[in-house]
Amino acid sequence: MSTLPPAAKAELDEVRKRYPTTEACLLPALHIAQRAWDGWLPDEALAAVAAELELPLSKVYGVVTFYDLYHQKPVGRHRVRVCTNLPCQLRGSGEIMETVQGELGVGEDEVTSDGRCSFIHFECLGSCDTAPMMMINDDYHENLTPSRVRTILKGLK
Amino acid sequence: MFEPVLTKNVGNPEALTVKGYRKAGGYEGLTKALTMEPAAIVDEVKKSGLRGRGGAGFPAGMKWGFIGKAKPRYLVCNADESEPGTFKDRLLMEYDPHQLIEGCAICCYAVEANTCYIYIRGEYTKAAAILERAIQEAYEAGILGDSVQGSGFKLDMVVHRGAGAYICGEETGMLESLEGKRGQPRVKPPFPAVVGAFGAPTVINNVETLCNVPHILTRGADWFKGIGTDERNTGPKLYAISGHVERPGTYEHPIGVTFRQLLESAGGMYKGGTLKAFIPGGASAPILPADMIDLKMDFDSVAKAGSMLGSAAVIVMDDTTCLVRSVARLAKFFNHESCGQCTPCREGTNWLELLLKRLEHGEGQESDGKLLLNVCSHIGGNSLCALGDAAIGPVKSLVERFWPEVEQHIREKGCPFPERRYFANGA
Repeated sequence: MSTLPPAAKAELDEVRKRYPTTEACLLPALHIAQRAWDGWLPDEALAAVAAELELPLSKVYGVVTFYDLYHQKPVGRHRVRVCTNLPCQLRGSGEIMETVQGELGVGEDEVTSDGRCSFIHFECLGSCDTAPMMMINDDYHENLTPSRVRTILKGLK
Repeated sequence: MFEPVLTKNVGNPEALTVKGYRKAGGYEGLTKALTMEPAAIVDEVKKSGLRGRGGAGFPAGMKWGFIGKAKPRYLVCNADESEPGTFKDRLLMEYDPHQLIEGCAICCYAVEANTCYIYIRGEYTKAAAILERAIQEAYEAGILGDSVQGSGFKLDMVVHRGAGAYICGEETGMLESLEGKRGQPRVKPPFPAVVGAFGAPTVINNVETLCNVPHILTRGADWFKGIGTDERNTGPKLYAISGHVERPGTYEHPIGVTFRQLLESAGGMYKGGTLKAFIPGGASAPILPADMIDLKMDFDSVAKAGSMLGSAAVIVMDDTTCLVRSVARLAKFFNHESCGQCTPCREGTNWLELLLKRLEHGEGQESDGKLLLNVCSHIGGNSLCALGDAAIGPVKSLVERFWPEVEQHIREKGCPFPERRYFANGA
């Protein structure tokens, strides 16, 4: 049976104190598990979370498939999420998308062959005042131009 | 001259600490609140006329007054800010987290809730980290915990991260998500005030709404009412302006500033362009034409003009903008974000996206206008939450107010607007 790594389990035990039900720990638990499993949630991770919270696996699966930030396929070491919504579109996100696609050589939801980057088309990230923008892992990159995008992407190890 | 209220600490890094926030007058509202009867605080907020800043504009004091008698009770702060065009709450959390903590604490004391969850969208990792640090410091300073500022009132505050779903900004979708479920909105009634988080009475307020509360306590309801258009539209308001303006950003004005003044405060049109249309309240709001530039940006004036103030996310479009392409993009968003629970919304938003894409690609027909309105009429009012209604707002306005542009797409069998290139010469 799969289990959470000890550090992840310890983190989850802290989380439990904050909620009146175990079920409420599910979203935080999935965030923790996704960090422990290199940015995505293989079946093994879902089973570990389900076992830890004593929830049916079907319930965990239902939640994972509902939310955009949980991944069920391997992702690159860096997740490149480009905002494609209207305010960014009005300020040139189309060219930013072309640039990212050209630089990485992969399409939407694909991973570069070296496992370095995932390219994700994303909805509004709440940074419309600095459009066009993208989010790489947890960091916002704002007021982009194609040349800045190329520099940023080249800097990712 | 209007002095900023909600954003006065923006640009003052000291305000991130309890000490610095206190130095700027912070936590005085909470101190005052703790000497008052909870019901008197609710009355003061009612008297101020504060309306919800998240989108619906429901009177905050009235919401607090509806709270059920059972215990425990909860406050859930809606920090899920996902409405395209909206970025004001992120600013409040990243630059002045204690203002929000203070507002939440006062609300909790007023409605006798001992736990507050701040539901923040999963993408806002920076804001979540800043809030968590500030909450930690507030515990250490005795502002949160077993006895708030020595009053004997117990209060816990928890930052709960979402995981990327617009629907979780809908208040009952948010409660489901907080409880560890898919964020699918609930049937109402019962309303959250009676059966909310974990089956308990719950108040749900937006970040900006709660940030107004400390100021109402320190300066009084009469001061608050003195700002704005009339007694139904009161207080300071954050406007998030994006799109074709020189200086996109969050601007604080008295509620009811005109769109023209707002545009001027943001430096006018981008590169001196010509205004074509604007969306006054985020992606859900019907689009308004340029000749409404003198519209007062308050709840009732914008509603009267056939749109809505919503989250006051103002998206500005110049005359190079293709409105069919723009509305098609919004339709794609709503199709993606429909939770799938109610058939009219799940199926209807898909049809809207398909029809609008077809029009943009020059494959539309004259009858598509009627068809779009027909699909809209089947979505509107026919689902559990407001997402379906939100999805039809921009579409209906496109057909009803900007039909000649749609017709041009049909007649010319293609989009008459060339794709605007922003970064020429390989920038």
